[in-house]
Amino acid sequence: MITAPLLEIAVLILGMVILMFEAFATKIDRRLLAFAGILGLTAVLVASFFVARNSFTNQTAGFWSFYTADSLSIFFKQFALLTTILVLIMMIDYAPVVENSVAAGKLRSVLGEFFAVPIFTCAGLMYMASAIDFIFIFVSLELVTISLYVLVSFTRHNPATLEAGAKYLVLSALSTAFLVYGITWLFGVTGQTNLQRITESLANTGIDRTAALFGMVLVLVALGFKIAAVPFQIWVPDVYQGAPTPVTAYLSVGSKAAGFVVLLRVLRPFLMLPETHRLLVLIAILTLIYGNLAALPQGNLKRLLAYSSIAHAGYLLIGVVCLDGRAVIFYLTAYLLMTLLSFAVLVIVSQQTGDRISDFDGLGKRSPFLAFAMLIAMVSLAGVPFTAGFLGKFFIFYAAVAQRQIALLVVGVITVGCGFYYYLKVVRAMYWQSTDKIDKIPISALSRFAMSALILAIIGLGVYPQPILDALKR
Amino acid sequence: MLLFVIFCPIVAAILIMAGAPARKTALVASMLTLAITLFLLGSLQGWQRDYQYVTSFSISPEWHLSFTTGLDGLSMVMVLLAAIVTLAAVWFTGKIDRYENAFYGCLLLISGGAIGAFASIDLFFFYAFHELALIPTFLLIGIWGSGNKTAAAWKITIYLAVGSFILLLGLILLYQSVPVASRSFDIRALKAAAGQISPDAQRHIYLLLLIGFGILISLFPFHTWAPEAYASAPAPAAMLHAGVLKKFGLYGLLRLAIPLLPEGARHWTDVLVALLLGNIIYVGLVTIAQKRLDWMLGYSSVMHMGYVFLGIASANILGVTGATALMFAHGLSIALLFAIAGEIRKRTGTLLLDDLGGLAKVMPFAGLAFGLGAFAAIGLPGFANFAGEIMILFGAFKNGWEMERFHLFQIATVLGLWGVVISTVYMLRAYRKTFMGTLAERWKDLIDLRPILRAPVALLVGALLCYGFFPQSFVRIITPAFRPYLSANK
Repeated sequence: MITAPLLEIAVLILGMVILMFEAFATKIDRRLLAFAGILGLTAVLVASFFVARNSFTNQTAGFWSFYTADSLSIFFKQFALLTTILVLIMMIDYAPVVENSVAAGKLRSVLGEFFAVPIFTCAGLMYMASAIDFIFIFVSLELVTISLYVLVSFTRHNPATLEAGAKYLVLSALSTAFLVYGITWLFGVTGQTNLQRITESLANTGIDRTAALFGMVLVLVALGFKIAAVPFQIWVPDVYQGAPTPVTAYLSVGSKAAGFVVLLRVLRPFLMLPETHRLLVLIAILTLIYGNLAALPQGNLKRLLAYSSIAHAGYLLIGVVCLDGRAVIFYLTAYLLMTLLSFAVLVIVSQQTGDRISDFDGLGKRSPFLAFAMLIAMVSLAGVPFTAGFLGKFFIFYAAVAQRQIALLVVGVITVGCGFYYYLKVVRAMYWQSTDKIDKIPISALSRFAMSALILAIIGLGVYPQPILDALKR
Repeated sequence: MLLFVIFCPIVAAILIMAGAPARKTALVASMLTLAITLFLLGSLQGWQRDYQYVTSFSISPEWHLSFTTGLDGLSMVMVLLAAIVTLAAVWFTGKIDRYENAFYGCLLLISGGAIGAFASIDLFFFYAFHELALIPTFLLIGIWGSGNKTAAAWKITIYLAVGSFILLLGLILLYQSVPVASRSFDIRALKAAAGQISPDAQRHIYLLLLIGFGILISLFPFHTWAPEAYASAPAPAAMLHAGVLKKFGLYGLLRLAIPLLPEGARHWTDVLVALLLGNIIYVGLVTIAQKRLDWMLGYSSVMHMGYVFLGIASANILGVTGATALMFAHGLSIALLFAIAGEIRKRTGTLLLDDLGGLAKVMPFAGLAFGLGAFAAIGLPGFANFAGEIMILFGAFKNGWEMERFHLFQIATVLGLWGVVISTVYMLRAYRKTFMGTLAERWKDLIDLRPILRAPVALLVGALLCYGFFPQSFVRIITPAFRPYLSANK
């Protein structure tokens, strides 16, 4: 039987081996490294289904006091692995852009890193899913963030990318500072960093609740930055637009998902306090309204997806407020599938024309397959039945109705209406508008396979959600 | 068998999108659907009030969610309507300039969604199947529409999306309002547990359902999307949407509100009656003012929904049966009218009433068909609409009747009768302006409907007349669905 920590170790070794090849085997085609990465991660993904689960967290010291292997964490490890595999596939398609953006002489030394760094991010995400101690949360978060600093500004000869990288670095560092400060306060109040023991201390009446709440709010600021919740979303549109497209996809799925897992774990002790609850409801409402309204006028698809990722953070926060972990996780899974699908199409189309919505004009004629893939991604993001996105919203709204969160429901329904507008704008461009470009768009076999799998998964989960629900029950 | 009826259009749509010859496949699929629907109608045991032809696949035992389909008299009638109108709509679709396969695919998806919704016993799929039509409608209006198509497509899509999410909240609340042990998405199980829904919850659920369904049905004041969308949509899409899909909301109210939420329905009766009078009188007057034939038809279809609502609100067997009858009849007659209007637009390029005139001279068959449709829509005896409207008006009049005193329903019925006059005014006026009078010089060379297109007209008119002369044959299979819940004569 494999134990959970082996998975991360395998991923880290894989990343280092690829870096070694990058450094010493100068002759090989860099794309082979990406294929090696995909194969290696797939092997780890397969192995993760045979991992022994244990959910005992009461060990007072040692490794298992900060690392858990419950079903939530295993599920998110698989989630992170799947995301990284898909992002690597996108990166292969995106490689020509990276090649063009750096000087020809240095080409060899660049592309391999582009494929290797996400593997370290993946390890960070996997650690984050298992972290039940604030110190460990912080360390794994840093592993994710620092590798993302590199990725976001990878094509740094492009000024927009450079701007994105600088913004991400500065704001991310700031949010990390908030996190550390918040942890310090919580440690000061409770004398603990383990989440389980913080919960026990908070149940104790003798503690200073105001101070604990203050610490929690600081932690919330940092996590709000990760999940792109209002008012910590300022960085999102610029960074998403400037970063290389596969990295944007990684940011919007991996980083956000990890943020939500940590949020679910961290908030559990605090949601007993009514102040936290009210605060979260407020943040959720603001996030929903801001994300959806700001997405309405966008003409650039990458920016639109950035705002849509804020909007989806709002729906996910409804689930968090209702403390319905399964709804959140199902939504995240659906979000992973549909967001990565839309980015996969975007990566290919933007190299041909561009990443504005009007660049998608007439895609239905030029490449029916890409247009259909985008159609499925968009209707799923909007929430049309028989797609995973709809069931995600269904479970979220179900939780909210059960708890009678009227304000959230009213805002939620209105913003769903907004969502239909801006997602279908893309559909409109693809099918209604005509274009004078008529050349077909080439798609590599691997991308075609990955996109078909995503389409099938979106529709399959939209009709038969039980596998995901079961995976979390075990 | 029933599964075949549901999936035949959907599979055909997928085949067509994948490259099968569009028109042939679509015609064969819709004919097969109609044939098997008729067979199911023939072998339906009408006196039973249980669902028949039930098949069930469990999706999530934990949520008591399953893909369950079956028919009773009420849903049988709706499926029959959908099958007839689908065949007519596909038949009327001529040559399409661009994306021909996608056009037929979208049409069949709408039809499959409607049939699936009517045949679902499970609330979740009942809802989801209806939504299947949302994106095809958006594309149909957007790609192949005319006039102000962009605005119309956005309007209908966003209205219907918001409406259906409100409806979704209502359905979730309904699901949660029964005790945990008996929670289920299965309508039969919910009916068994209906007594446990508290009156308070019933009021909330009914309100959500009324708003949600109301938007889908174009209940006043949520109706503004409908005329614009129908005017811009290509004729086959308007036929399917106005004729079949809009009936989904009414069907939902009949299916859910009457058995499950009697107290909620009672509580909101006054509001509903006020709104439906808005449909009948206000929208009726707006219809008279229309200057374009397609807008006139769109508004008239909104107006007639008022009568169906009156039947539902009357809450007795007579009124509710009449509502079902009118849903069926209206679906056929409005489809016929939209089809003829579409043919006229194809030939003249305009539907401005002032530009047309005297068309009966060059298009006698179209004139006859439109006239029959208009008479049916007015409610001339002999057509199914008459049977429906008269049952509704009698049913509504009886509700709360006391000697020497007029209550809300009696007033509403009298106003509703005036509505018939209004509809006579606009229908005959439109008929006169389009087909009578002097023929303009430029329309001299118009050709009449080709003989091949007369078959779907005959199909629609035949069904209208058949039902109009023998309403009892349908009433017999509809009433068992309501008998346990409503008094025969209140």
